[in-house]
Amino acid sequence: MIATRESYGNILIELGKENKDIVVLDADLSKSTKTAGFAKHFPKRFINAGIAEQNLMGMAAGLATTGKIPFASTFAVFATGRAFEIIRNSICYPKLNVKIAATHAGITVGEDGGSHQSIEDIAIMRSLPNMKIIVPADDVETRQAVRAAAHIDGPVYLRLGRLGVPPIFDESHTFTFGKGNVLKDGKDITIIGMGLMISKCLKAAELLKQEGISARVINISTIKPIDEELIIQAAKETKRILTVEEHSVIGGLGSAVCDVLSTHYPVQVVKIGMNDTFGESGKPEELLTKYGLTVENIYDTAQKTVNSKK
Amino acid sequence: MEPMKIYANQLRIHIINMLAAAGSGHPGGALSAADLLIYLYFKEMKIDSEDKDNPDRDRFILSKGHAAPVLYGTLAMKGFFNTSELTNLRKLGSFLQGHPDMLKVPGVEMSTGSLGQGFSASVGVALGGKIDEKSYRIYTLLGDGELQEGIVWEAAMAASHYKLDNLVAIIDNNGLQIDGTNDEVMKVNPLKEKWESFGWNVIEIDGHCFTEIERSFKQAKEVKGRPTAIIAKTSKGKGVSFMENQVGWHGVAPSEVERAKAIEELERNIR
Repeated sequence: MIATRESYGNILIELGKENKDIVVLDADLSKSTKTAGFAKHFPKRFINAGIAEQNLMGMAAGLATTGKIPFASTFAVFATGRAFEIIRNSICYPKLNVKIAATHAGITVGEDGGSHQSIEDIAIMRSLPNMKIIVPADDVETRQAVRAAAHIDGPVYLRLGRLGVPPIFDESHTFTFGKGNVLKDGKDITIIGMGLMISKCLKAAELLKQEGISARVINISTIKPIDEELIIQAAKETKRILTVEEHSVIGGLGSAVCDVLSTHYPVQVVKIGMNDTFGESGKPEELLTKYGLTVENIYDTAQKTVNSKK
Repeated sequence: MEPMKIYANQLRIHIINMLAAAGSGHPGGALSAADLLIYLYFKEMKIDSEDKDNPDRDRFILSKGHAAPVLYGTLAMKGFFNTSELTNLRKLGSFLQGHPDMLKVPGVEMSTGSLGQGFSASVGVALGGKIDEKSYRIYTLLGDGELQEGIVWEAAMAASHYKLDNLVAIIDNNGLQIDGTNDEVMKVNPLKEKWESFGWNVIEIDGHCFTEIERSFKQAKEVKGRPTAIIAKTSKGKGVSFMENQVGWHGVAPSEVERAKAIEELERNIR
């Protein structure tokens, strides 16, 4: 089990060795966002903005105009909320080459409570022209996604978590920007998940199999631009879609899937996520249970969805 | 008459003409900064429109982006594009957007318009210069009302923390903003003490006096280990008597009659 923020910190050091244009910015959270390792290896290319997220993004924009590849790192709730308009006007509008690495996304930041749990960051970032969004599912995918982000020209939002996640992919996996992966084939329903929900989606599919329900599981790690082809194909072949996200059901993965299907191939889409509510303090697993982000709820919801259409 | 004065007056004529053609925009804060921009682009900065991407060039960022006409006029006069384009300001399909867009306008170093953000980006550019050990300098122009934005002080803190002596912030201190004087709307004074307490070298000048402008840039270059703020006392609407120091001329374009009257006055000044 390794948190995607840890994987981010590890790959940053590798990237820093390979490419001298990589600079890393943080807002007094380098131990939590895991940029402290980069800071130690490359002190000259690490900039601590202090507790000032607006200027964190503004400086990153300025650095990008000088040919640098800035990775601006802080908690997701501050990165997208507090600094939104700087990301909009100073990064996305001029299409500058800034990577926003937002850690502690979702409710699994846990005990800090609703003020620190980012459940709307994808919705906010999706609405911005030129912004690309990646939500890696495990260590292997995170390392590849961060590397890919460094090679993409323009703004990229990387959504990372605090909680350790089990491995999904082995080292032979190839992350392709803009492409989802079918992790398990199936014909009765497609479960589309992202981030730390992927392992739960796979377990739910195993349980469904025992009940005679064949569930396809898709990992969508690039939320924008989303893999339309893969989603449409799944809708055509399984008719029913269930989306699972550690994010609000408003504007996140489920909404992105609905945007594709309502235009190209309308089918029933059921969403599991935060139902227009803030989170609260608690242990990550307790919170996931309280808000229905569990194997059991994915299993139940999928079963009901399949049975209702029989 | 010295060439700088002639250029500045010519720039003011461009500003009035392009705003009248656009039918909207911000004359007051564009006219107040004309002398500063002319000096920067024609005397101070190492830039060349024929080699505009040279990594060693000096940079100017207009943080008070609503004063776009003063930047567009200067860039056109400096050869970045044809002056005949200026009257397309704010028109559909024109590259001259209402606020500076770096993807569209040659010579614009940063897209600005949302106040405080250009200054923050300037600090990033200055950091980039330090990391690469380049000798280029960064000049950024802020409005005094703009200083009410919190990001300005975040950026001011960072610039002095990182000892960015390659950065010069110029405050266009005309004292007026949309709803009234700075003191009425939200007191930003005392400016000198504020910037000094944030660790900046501060120089106060008359922003319409070329001798003082020259002296301040020279002094800024000599200061090592900290950034410089030049507080330039200016008159909003400078050069057009009926616009000078009038709050009402912040964001209103001149009518044809007003345009003709302003141009007549500005041309008289050149003769």
